[in-house]
Amino acid sequence: MKKDNLPAAQFEVEVPDTLKTEEMTLNMGPQHPSTHGVLRVVLKTDGEIIKSAEPVIGYLHRCFEKHAENVTWHQVIPFTDRLDYIASMNNNLGYVIGLERMMNLQVNERAEYLRVIVSELNRIASHLIALGTYGLDIGAFTPFLYVFRDRERILDLFEEICGARLLYNYIWVGGVAYDAPQGWRDKVLQFIDYFVPKIKEYNDILTYNKIFIDRTAKVGVIPADVAINYGLSGPSLRGSGVEFDLRKDDPYSIYDRFDFNVCTGKGQMGTVGDTWDRYWVRVAEMYESAKIVRQAAEQLPEGDAKETVPRNIKVPAGEYYMRTETPRGELGYYIISDGGKTPNRVKVRSPAYCNLSVLPAIAPGVMVADMVAIIGSLDIVLGEVDR
Amino acid sequence: MTAQEINDRIQNTFADSVLEFNDTVLQPYLKINPAKFYEVCQYLRDNEDMDFNFLNSVSGVDYGEDLGVVYHLYSMTRKHKIVLKVILPRENPQVSSIADLWRTADWHEREVYDLFGVVFLNHPNLRRILLPDDWEGYPLRKDYVQPETYNGIPVLHPDMRGDSK
Amino acid sequence: MEPILQFFYNLVPGLADLPLWIAATIVGAIVVVAMFTYIALFALIGIWLERKISGHMQDRLGPMEVGGWHGWAQTIADTVKLLLKEDIVPDKADKPLFRFAPILVFAAALSAFAAIPWSRSFIPANLNVGLLYILSISSLVVIGILMGGWASNNKWSLYGGMRAVAQIVSYEIPVSLSLIVAVLIAGTLDMQQIVLNQSGSILSWNVFRFFPFPFIAFFIYFIASLAEVNRTPFDLPEAESELVAGFQTEYSGMRWSFFMLAEYADMFVVAAIATTVFLGGWQAPFEFLTFIPAAFWFLGKALLIVFVQMWLRWTLPRLRVDQLMYTAWKVLTPFSFALIVFVSLWKIL
Repeated sequence: MKKDNLPAAQFEVEVPDTLKTEEMTLNMGPQHPSTHGVLRVVLKTDGEIIKSAEPVIGYLHRCFEKHAENVTWHQVIPFTDRLDYIASMNNNLGYVIGLERMMNLQVNERAEYLRVIVSELNRIASHLIALGTYGLDIGAFTPFLYVFRDRERILDLFEEICGARLLYNYIWVGGVAYDAPQGWRDKVLQFIDYFVPKIKEYNDILTYNKIFIDRTAKVGVIPADVAINYGLSGPSLRGSGVEFDLRKDDPYSIYDRFDFNVCTGKGQMGTVGDTWDRYWVRVAEMYESAKIVRQAAEQLPEGDAKETVPRNIKVPAGEYYMRTETPRGELGYYIISDGGKTPNRVKVRSPAYCNLSVLPAIAPGVMVADMVAIIGSLDIVLGEVDR
Repeated sequence: MTAQEINDRIQNTFADSVLEFNDTVLQPYLKINPAKFYEVCQYLRDNEDMDFNFLNSVSGVDYGEDLGVVYHLYSMTRKHKIVLKVILPRENPQVSSIADLWRTADWHEREVYDLFGVVFLNHPNLRRILLPDDWEGYPLRKDYVQPETYNGIPVLHPDMRGDSK
Repeated sequence: MEPILQFFYNLVPGLADLPLWIAATIVGAIVVVAMFTYIALFALIGIWLERKISGHMQDRLGPMEVGGWHGWAQTIADTVKLLLKEDIVPDKADKPLFRFAPILVFAAALSAFAAIPWSRSFIPANLNVGLLYILSISSLVVIGILMGGWASNNKWSLYGGMRAVAQIVSYEIPVSLSLIVAVLIAGTLDMQQIVLNQSGSILSWNVFRFFPFPFIAFFIYFIASLAEVNRTPFDLPEAESELVAGFQTEYSGMRWSFFMLAEYADMFVVAAIATTVFLGGWQAPFEFLTFIPAAFWFLGKALLIVFVQMWLRWTLPRLRVDQLMYTAWKVLTPFSFALIVFVSLWKIL
């Protein structure tokens, strides 16, 4: 990667030689209100201006990959819930589709549609949290509660379909855990009718707020080639103007049947790839997800949605790298089977892990307050970074 | 470009770089000679027909007798992908780092080092990343024995401890 | 304080026989206790109101449990909790400064109440430079905050303290300049005189005289006063998401609640100044409404401004340090200078 492609530092101070200055090392986290969990960033600062930032991770490491080698194929699914606990459905989906492709398994139509509906609802829920906490990072408290009000309705829908509100364990190999109860489809459609106008409310209070734009536009700019080289994916990559979405570019499940757009950052308020763009991509994606949910719910066929295979499956020997588009980006499962009842290896390529790795590159020359804005705009979930 | 074509191009450009090519599996892979690994990667990234600009992931694998590092590459422009494998001896596994080609590899290689003990030569900052700096052993190796304590803190569940009462 | 002294002489006849200095001390002590009680009460109610207001703005109810009716006793319970909490002083802190900082901050806030005219007769100290007194005494707060930030021996606190100094010192300039606009109209620094100068109907209030200059000055004052009391969008010294809790990070229990108390007292003081200087003080808006006590109008106007402060807090995000300075030095200060020039010209012509 060419180093000169990184944007010039936003702030520079010139200090006369006669003045003695020292850098201050500032430990941001692991207990800090806006590192979104237990991220620790070691900052070298000159006053308010950051000279370098080094993320230190691993405070939430729970040995997912080691666990996965010691439980049966199905028992891994609840562990995937706990990776990105904000978007558990999407995590289930990637692992399960990976296994199905290795087993060459067909899934009932109804189950496919239900999977898409819950994944996209979960994407909306996850983006809502990203929006709300981002507002919180910038200092606006109220949008946070607005988004939780609407996320609550999605959680109610999930509770109705699988009994859980955070860790669903819903998508199983060969189908889904439970069929949708009667009337659930109509509730989903009602929710979409309710939800889409609400996005305007967030835009009014946060997106187009002058102070919010001043704080986020032209801050933390990630040029497209830097973003690709650092392996960014999801909204963080699309915010840099790269039109890349696995649902379109490497389709899985039945996403090729729906009509939706890939949203990219266009630098409306400043530069392409600034934090506002990444934020905006999430807002725009909520519209697209709502579109997909509406189409899927309207086309939802009758039939059987339960899984078609026994609980105790054996996956033929082989290996597969399955990647899906979660709200945070490309979630990859590299699954190796030796034909037995337990996985030989399950490696998780976590999107938040890669997205976070770009932080040291864009941090120098921003202010402490911008640091918070940048971390928030990458929308990391530490459960997934540390696994 | 299909995996077969990619394989041919690499073999024509670098003699004895590909140890094995397999496209009968779901995702075709190339086993690369560790000595030529960096050059092959550089070629894959910079050649216009290849243009692998996106490194999906770097995974360590324990094959029992050997260790392996698996690289999943993807080209956003050409929409093709390839899997590279490097097989390394269990004792003293070493391979050149590609962190300066794809920055994604920086943290991923640290992770493989952390969990498998594979040493990446010329890596800018090869330290443990997920585990504490003073952790002993490489947990994802199959022959790893979990220590009972870490700095005096018991880490095993009472049921799993040898001396459970 | 003659009117108040007179009031107490009438109330307790024996008081007049005592030497003046004893009588003045007794009356002064009573007034201070009354003011302190008022601040405590205002903070209790203000915090409860802020929670309720923010709750309703955010589609929720706010406190509902403690005390029964709409959780009216919530802040009382919180106060009891804070009083009983352990007073933690960090081991490596500069202990005397650390202990003294909240006292200083609160003392400065309390002293400012001395020159606020509540009604025609009730003003604790009727100074002829009342406005100057309030402005100078309330800038003592900044020393207390820096003291707390420095003495905590915590980098986040230090950041908070430094930001507070930079912010409050900068914003004192637009605050003073915008008040000078009104002072030019009134021709005095005496708070009571400034109010009396605005007698009549709502149109003789300073905001609406010499339209639109004092009107703009009022807005400049309001914006700058938000920064003076560290309220959103200028809450950088305690910016929760950036600096953990800024200069208050290491404080707990009683000492922390003194910072809190001082914050609410300051909110009221700046609202009271705005009321006195721009909104006719304790005067009724219309002649026929004068039968309602003056204190009602004063409190009503001040609380309305406090409400707007809360409203903004729950609506706006926070500025960044450089944007904060930009607002102070490149927007508010030049504008208030221009206003002074215009109003002076108007007065002369």
